[in-house]
Amino acid sequence: MMDKILLAGFGGQGVMFIGKILTYAGMLDGREVCWIPSYGPEMRGGTANCSVVISDEEIHSPVIEYADFAIVLNQPSYDKFLPRVKPGGVLVANSSIVSTAGKRDDIEIIAVPAGDMANELGNVSLANMVCLGALLPKLTMVDLASVEKAVSAVVGKKKPELYELNLAAVRKGLGK
Amino acid sequence: MSKELMKGNEAIGEAAIRAGCKLFFGYPITPSTEIVEYLSKHLPKAGGTVLQGEDEVASINMCYGAATTGARVMTASSSPGFSLKQEGMSYLAAAELPVVVVNVNRTGPGLGGLGPSQADYFQCTKGGGHGGYRQIVLAPSKGQELYDFTMEAFDLADKYRTPVVILSDGFLGQMMEPVELKKRPKADLPAKDWVVGGCKGRAKRKVASYSLTNEIGEVNNLHWEAKFAEMKDSLQRWEAFHAEDAEYLIVGYGTCGRIAKSAVLKARRQGIKVGLIRPITLWPFPEEAFANLDGVKGILTVELNFGQMVEDVKLAVECRTPVYFHNRLGGMLPSENEILRKLGQVFDLAVEV
Amino acid sequence: MQRVFGRPKGLTELPFHYCPGCTHGVIHRLIGEVLEELDIIGDTIGVAPVGCAGFSLDFFACDFVGAAHGRAQAVATGIKRALPDKIVFTYQGDGDIAAIGTAHSIHVAARGEKITSIMVNNAVFGMTGGQMAPTTIGGQITTTSPYGRDCALVGAPIDMPKTVATLSGAVYVAACSVDTPKNIIQAKKCLKKAFQVQQAGLGYALVSILSTCPTNWGLSPADSLKWLQENMLPVYEMGELKMTEEVKAL
Ligand SMILES: Cc1ncc(C[n+]2csc(CCOP(=O)(O)OP(=O)(O)O)c2C)c(N)n1
Ligand code: SF4
Ligand SMILES: [Mg+2]
Repeated sequence: MMDKILLAGFGGQGVMFIGKILTYAGMLDGREVCWIPSYGPEMRGGTANCSVVISDEEIHSPVIEYADFAIVLNQPSYDKFLPRVKPGGVLVANSSIVSTAGKRDDIEIIAVPAGDMANELGNVSLANMVCLGALLPKLTMVDLASVEKAVSAVVGKKKPELYELNLAAVRKGLGK
Repeated sequence: MSKELMKGNEAIGEAAIRAGCKLFFGYPITPSTEIVEYLSKHLPKAGGTVLQGEDEVASINMCYGAATTGARVMTASSSPGFSLKQEGMSYLAAAELPVVVVNVNRTGPGLGGLGPSQADYFQCTKGGGHGGYRQIVLAPSKGQELYDFTMEAFDLADKYRTPVVILSDGFLGQMMEPVELKKRPKADLPAKDWVVGGCKGRAKRKVASYSLTNEIGEVNNLHWEAKFAEMKDSLQRWEAFHAEDAEYLIVGYGTCGRIAKSAVLKARRQGIKVGLIRPITLWPFPEEAFANLDGVKGILTVELNFGQMVEDVKLAVECRTPVYFHNRLGGMLPSENEILRKLGQVFDLAVEV
Repeated sequence: MQRVFGRPKGLTELPFHYCPGCTHGVIHRLIGEVLEELDIIGDTIGVAPVGCAGFSLDFFACDFVGAAHGRAQAVATGIKRALPDKIVFTYQGDGDIAAIGTAHSIHVAARGEKITSIMVNNAVFGMTGGQMAPTTIGGQITTTSPYGRDCALVGAPIDMPKTVATLSGAVYVAACSVDTPKNIIQAKKCLKKAFQVQQAGLGYALVSILSTCPTNWGLSPADSLKWLQENMLPVYEMGELKMTEEVKAL
């Protein structure tokens, strides 16, 4: 089994961060993983994206031509990555700022008002984690327990309150 | 043993520290910069020194100096910066100084772009500097190999008294993968009885490369020639992946090598007997991998350049089977499906992608 | 209606893509105005370096050539020797001019090459993500001086204009800043003079300008200006550091 996931949004929306959480989650569960940033002189604004591959066998090609899953946090990313999801795949869109009017019938599009839901938690910058939560039931290689371990490993020790907040956002996205 | 999630460039930095590298001289350039940044943070804590040179020419010559004292030393750069190091590389090869040099290949020519490329193959394997020297070139294809090969590179450099190049690319350098921070068993290495450090109590030594007369020049060159021949005989290394019974062989190294593995597996699932030769030493080129081509109907070489390693493949194959070429350029990567389609096209096979 | 403010003709219509609050944009504007006021847009060739300063290639309305990192002044020398009647200038970062390009920075000045160089000093390598530059000040934290620049180990920052001023072929050397309106006006005067020196064929002219890099300094645009004032201004000597009699007579 192999999950190929594309993650995209504005720089600063925490795209790289959820990529790292997924990668850690897979690794801590003993999976093969790899995380690929879109590199370049990113600092001068624009969109950011990364891709993550989680697998129960060795990952040879890390290149994602068509993804099984995608999370898009802004409109340009939706427009750009909609065609890059495999038929039968799943795309989660932050519908607080993304219009999912451009449709595809052969994939499942989950529109989550992640920005608003994050606001309810008191922090709009948690929209990334809400989307992650919404995608979680669809993934085959990681689950909530492994994401909890990953968040703990990445932010837990340094800032326990951030750990709670991030997980609250993931659970909210999961509908729990 | 537990694994650490690291960027490829960080894995190189960590491996250097654990291999006993005591000095690092470098000048920042994307996409290699995480190496100097990682070492700036961690090497001093391990008792080492990091100095940012005023440019790459300075950095490689600082390495030259440090290596004459017998210390383990490394530098890292990326294509335009690696070009500036070429004069120094020639001097290192001539003075037979062990230095590990990382080139995180970006696209070119000129300033180019930051994406992955393999366009520095010729520069690395044929002597990018003057004078016709050879140097060991290792081609990792994943995080663990970036770590392992960097550690090994220090031993190889010491064993053969030679610069060793790690040829990575912008993709491998930026990608994060789990890396097992293995200990490397202590190698049996020749004593460094040639280093400078003050001649109190012994005869004076010198480290230099000028040949005062043609006669001396010939003696020196015969010595280098013999050493290069010895390295060529004993160091060739490659990975054969489903190659034993293969009717079609893909040849690719580094990033292309690992992508090609997915193409091989996909072809095998369709009953097509495809295999892969992945060169690990680019110099010496693993000619021995092509010694037996019985049953091989053709070869497809995949590179990120206009066609460089394919020349070495052809020399090794000696026209015994046709050799084709596929490439992507300017920072783009082929997908496994693309490689498969090309295989189908050149060998007239029905492939499903 | 009378137009009182607009984009100077010395700049193209392209919007800058420097980071918010980066003063590269201010300096561009000043040079654009000077090119327009001296009416030399059509007779000028600019040379861009590698670095954020290299984006200048697209933003000035005159002909432009992109050089390798550190080599702009050598390239400019080639252009000027081929076209002695044209105006040639380089627009370079501190890393470009004071690290990898040091040899050329010294030798254009020694030769009295009749070109104009503009050095934008933001105390870091901006383009590559904020590494230490030769101009990074003592104690400043960068990605390659994570424990702060230790001058005992790597030396004190190089004051390039002061160094260049010691060379006989450098006839005009000025050090400016664009942190306040007053300093911006002063910087423009110096830039204009540096081009007039070249028009008169007097020798080499260098204008160094202190600039912000909010992105790599990790500060807001406003705090960046404050940081520049508190940390860079005390280190770098400001003013017209060198002017030969002929330049004064202009
Ligand atoms: C030979 C070579 N070495 C290194 C680099 C990488 N590099 C690009 S720009 C730069 C420094 C930029 O700093 P600066 O000149 O101060 O300009 P800024 O970006 O701050 O405006 C470096 C090291 C390169 N392009 N070429
Ligand atoms: S990185 Fe720094 S110098 Fe470059 S555009 Fe941004 S603020 Fe300006
Ligand atoms: Mg700078």
